[in-house]
Amino acid sequence: MRPFSYAAPTTIEQAVSLLEVEGSEVLAGGTDLLSLLKDDVERVERLVSLRGVEGLSDIDVSGGRLRIGAMTTLQDLRDHAGATEAVPALVTAIDGVASAQLRSMGTVGGDLLQRPRCWYYRRGYGLLALGRDGRSMVTDGDNRYHAIFPEGQARFVSPSSLAPLLVALGAEATVRGPDGERQVPVEALYRAPQGEGERENTLGRGELLVEITAAVGGVRSAVYEVRQRRSLDWPLMAAAVSLTGEAPRVDQARIVLGHAAPIPYVAVAAGEVAAGGELTPARIEEAAEKAASDARPMSGNRYKVQLARTATRRALGLAAGMEA
Amino acid sequence: MSDDAKGSGLSRRSFLRGGAAGALAASLLPEDAAAAVAENDAEGAPTVGPGAVEIELEVNGVARRLEVEPRVTLLDGLRDRLDVTGPKRVCDRGTCGACTVLEDGRPVYACCRLMIESAGRSITTVEGLGSPDAMHDVQQAFVENDAQQCGYCTPGFVVATVALLARSPAPTEQDIEAGLGGNFCRCGTYKGIRAVVGGPGEPGGDSVG
Repeated sequence: MRPFSYAAPTTIEQAVSLLEVEGSEVLAGGTDLLSLLKDDVERVERLVSLRGVEGLSDIDVSGGRLRIGAMTTLQDLRDHAGATEAVPALVTAIDGVASAQLRSMGTVGGDLLQRPRCWYYRRGYGLLALGRDGRSMVTDGDNRYHAIFPEGQARFVSPSSLAPLLVALGAEATVRGPDGERQVPVEALYRAPQGEGERENTLGRGELLVEITAAVGGVRSAVYEVRQRRSLDWPLMAAAVSLTGEAPRVDQARIVLGHAAPIPYVAVAAGEVAAGGELTPARIEEAAEKAASDARPMSGNRYKVQLARTATRRALGLAAGMEA
Repeated sequence: MSDDAKGSGLSRRSFLRGGAAGALAASLLPEDAAAAVAENDAEGAPTVGPGAVEIELEVNGVARRLEVEPRVTLLDGLRDRLDVTGPKRVCDRGTCGACTVLEDGRPVYACCRLMIESAGRSITTVEGLGSPDAMHDVQQAFVENDAQQCGYCTPGFVVATVALLARSPAPTEQDIEAGLGGNFCRCGTYKGIRAVVGGPGEPGGDSVG
């Protein structure tokens, strides 16, 4: 690892002020960032540790709302009876995270804002992996784990385990920065970069994700992940679903795919198919078909289109209380 | 060494969790870091490094003090600086589990933690669980169940097993998968390890706990 300096603020204000300086990066659980630094994929002048910042690790469930501090470890969230009772699908999403060690170290904010796993990026070719001729190395190369919903030049997939569920729930992110606090829908944290040097999130310099809040009353939700291995790997595809309305009736449905696009992919049309009546097996099939209908797979990832349908179908079935 | 006099006691205490803050805080910054501290006083939190920073942490029940650069991982600091070589460096990327230690009782990959982040905390490695003469129940069970071959992954597995059984004294299949899924054994001693942790239909369940 190249040398860097280190600061351990105790307040959000201090953290923001430190992060405003160019070359400063947030250190949360560190489980992925340290690997990126060891591999020289990313470089930093200074790490700003959030471990000692007061008030970033609280979980609260009250008044039909769930609040999760960004530095809450995945294990603490998993162990919080109130949170998992309010949103049982959190357990599925968290248990999908590789190991006890990573759950003990990894944080909610770190999961949401972890860097993509794309092997071209991890090998130092940049997020867009453009060759010298400006052509994508992904489209001509080994793209078996890449996006089936690419956005422009961005062909990596959003790797977060929690983001699809939180987006499906309509959760909001609280962001603190030099200009104060703003609240945005979780999906607005993400973007598909179109130039090298651009990040895959929308946080500005000095901005810090501090909290996630979600309305959890009267919502049925589920996550289904399709995996190659049960441990120490990322899913090939994930679907998160949230349903409102008195079962078996569904008034509104939100379907979000993970590992499918450079951002958590909101399958709007599929949600519309699933909403507005009783969620029958036929309707689930139709919604699953719709979820993948805009897919534009590349040479090596056509199989993921079917995985998107399957994950959607099973997540809908789980949320509706049917056999998946 | 003065501490609050430099106006940065607040941040230095952030290294410390529940320990004797005053006594330890002074050791967190060497005298030559004073300039860096002063420079950052406006921000209210000192920046240290990239040179060596003095930190203190508890390793296997003993307070240890050393100077490390912020970039040094807990694993490398333990092995190379403190000669605590139980945790093994294999993948160095948070994948294999050979470096597993307990930090304040929780299982962590020491290769993915900066040592400076563990300042003021309590680290337990396989050495801290027991000795050859007075083995921890889990260590004893590894021996009795022949749960090692080359032994390189064993320290990490022992520590992860202790963490698993602390959470789930009578672990289910899912508990075992969740608790030990972050450790690899390329010799394939999983059968012996399963016997250590017990579980449905497996012998050895009574030998640990």
